[in-house]
Amino acid sequence: MIGLPSPKRSREAQPTSPKSRYGSAQAGRARLAFTVLAFGYAFLYLPIALVMIYSFNESRLVTVWAGFSTKWWEALVRNEAMLSAAWLSLRIALVSATAAAAIGLAAGYVLARVPAFLGRTLFGSLVIAPMVMPEVVMGISMLLLFVGSERLIGWPDRGFLTIAIAHITFSIAFVAVVVQARLVDFDRSLEEAAMDLGATPWTTFITVTLPLIAPAIGSGWLLAFTLSLDDLILTQFVAGAQSQTLPMLVYSSVRLGVDPQINVLATIIVAIATSALILSGWLTRRRA
Amino acid sequence: MRLVIALPFVWLGLFFLLPFALVLAIALGTNAPDLAPPVELGLGLQNFALLFTDDLYVAAWLSSLRIAATATAITLLLGYPMAYAIARASPRWRSVLLMLVILPFWTSFLIRVYAWIGVLANNGLLEQFLRWTGLAQNPETILGTEWAVQLGIVYAYLPFMVLPLYAALEKLDVSLLEAAADLGARPLSAFATITLPLSLPGVVAGCLLVFIPAVGEFVIPDLLGGTGTLMIGKVLWDEFFTNADWPLASAVAISLLVLLVGPIALFQRQQAKSLERRP
Repeated sequence: MIGLPSPKRSREAQPTSPKSRYGSAQAGRARLAFTVLAFGYAFLYLPIALVMIYSFNESRLVTVWAGFSTKWWEALVRNEAMLSAAWLSLRIALVSATAAAAIGLAAGYVLARVPAFLGRTLFGSLVIAPMVMPEVVMGISMLLLFVGSERLIGWPDRGFLTIAIAHITFSIAFVAVVVQARLVDFDRSLEEAAMDLGATPWTTFITVTLPLIAPAIGSGWLLAFTLSLDDLILTQFVAGAQSQTLPMLVYSSVRLGVDPQINVLATIIVAIATSALILSGWLTRRRA
Repeated sequence: MRLVIALPFVWLGLFFLLPFALVLAIALGTNAPDLAPPVELGLGLQNFALLFTDDLYVAAWLSSLRIAATATAITLLLGYPMAYAIARASPRWRSVLLMLVILPFWTSFLIRVYAWIGVLANNGLLEQFLRWTGLAQNPETILGTEWAVQLGIVYAYLPFMVLPLYAALEKLDVSLLEAAADLGARPLSAFATITLPLSLPGVVAGCLLVFIPAVGEFVIPDLLGGTGTLMIGKVLWDEFFTNADWPLASAVAISLLVLLVGPIALFQRQQAKSLERRP
């Protein structure tokens, strides 16, 4: 799976003497690097690989191999609860990723381009903080907000809307950081040229800035989408009694022990994530 | 422009900042199981007093700190050599290796934790492997111990450690190391005087990105830990969902924030600095 990484020489200057100590140590280093990487990637991938293999296991016991079978795959396809939970999760992820991309774009733009305004420091902290705020804390605090507001003005009912609001709130940070990083690296002279030629700030943004940062917005959207699809803790707090997303269903099933259908689901998720990552890598390479 | 500032500002103020004020307000109230929601507002400090006097909460607070700190250190020891090896690999391999670090992040967190249940369980795959190779005849079950929780944290957060370390190490100029070698420095002292100091921002960022979520972790101690594994995120969850004691759960949330306010501020400062440092 992993090839031998070739030891890297200096980018510009060649070593002054081929017998320098740095050069002679390189073969040993390459072997060490290979061992480190092989161990690291085995650690990252072996458990997932085992889960995928055991999704084809005949036995209900996930730790005993009893022959090849696709019966758990068939069971999952017929599992109505799982399918409707997946459908709900997908719809929430679509809505919240799109809203988070829009708000995160605004936040990232302000962070990169507006150096001073009243409350700038607070703004910066507010945007970044949800990235590192423990989810249990965000979960309980948002639930209290929704319960309080429901008592005061009778809105919102807990369910799709409250889950989406919660997901948007913690995804904004991730979009904003990606957009901000792209805007900071970006060649300002293009925007300045457009303005010098008489374009309004808004036209400049739409015709020059937006197309150039579109890949960042796209990857921010994808990140928000994935975070929403995967979120358990925040969702569990704000979901109410009626809605059950896919992670909530997986969690309640996993708590009772290992379930071969979850292995099937894991295999599908890994397959989708791998193809999405390869696709997005291919897209960005084409753009570059 | 004012609207562009206002949109995220108002959203985050309403759905992120305001709720914290509510948590504080509820934490001062008392539990009222007969009401819906089960809270009687008030201005009492009894919930906070309980956090300090009841051994359960003090122990959970301390063991969260200990588990998160240990797991962060192990993640650093594992992640640093990996990031170093990736940064020194040929450019063609580098992008593939990086992608392989990022990929687990795009798959479900819950399922990655679940993957360890089958491995670590009593008579699970790890025990079978140990018996089969003869490394251990009667291995003790790891699932349900603090070790399983540490392992789960290291596994789940390793990508968060490797990526900032890689970003710092990739920028390192190899000619500095060659110069040190030419001047007679041994590899180890060149590492200690050049590589390590220059990669320190990556070390700090990686450690914070692992430590902060690990302290408040719920899924990992719940699925891999046992009844003896106390972590503050799990205590909060149980107070809220099992005991339906909202005021006490709110007070636990505040105690978790107190624990993390320093690391979070440090992370924010570093994040702002790293963006300023760019050209």
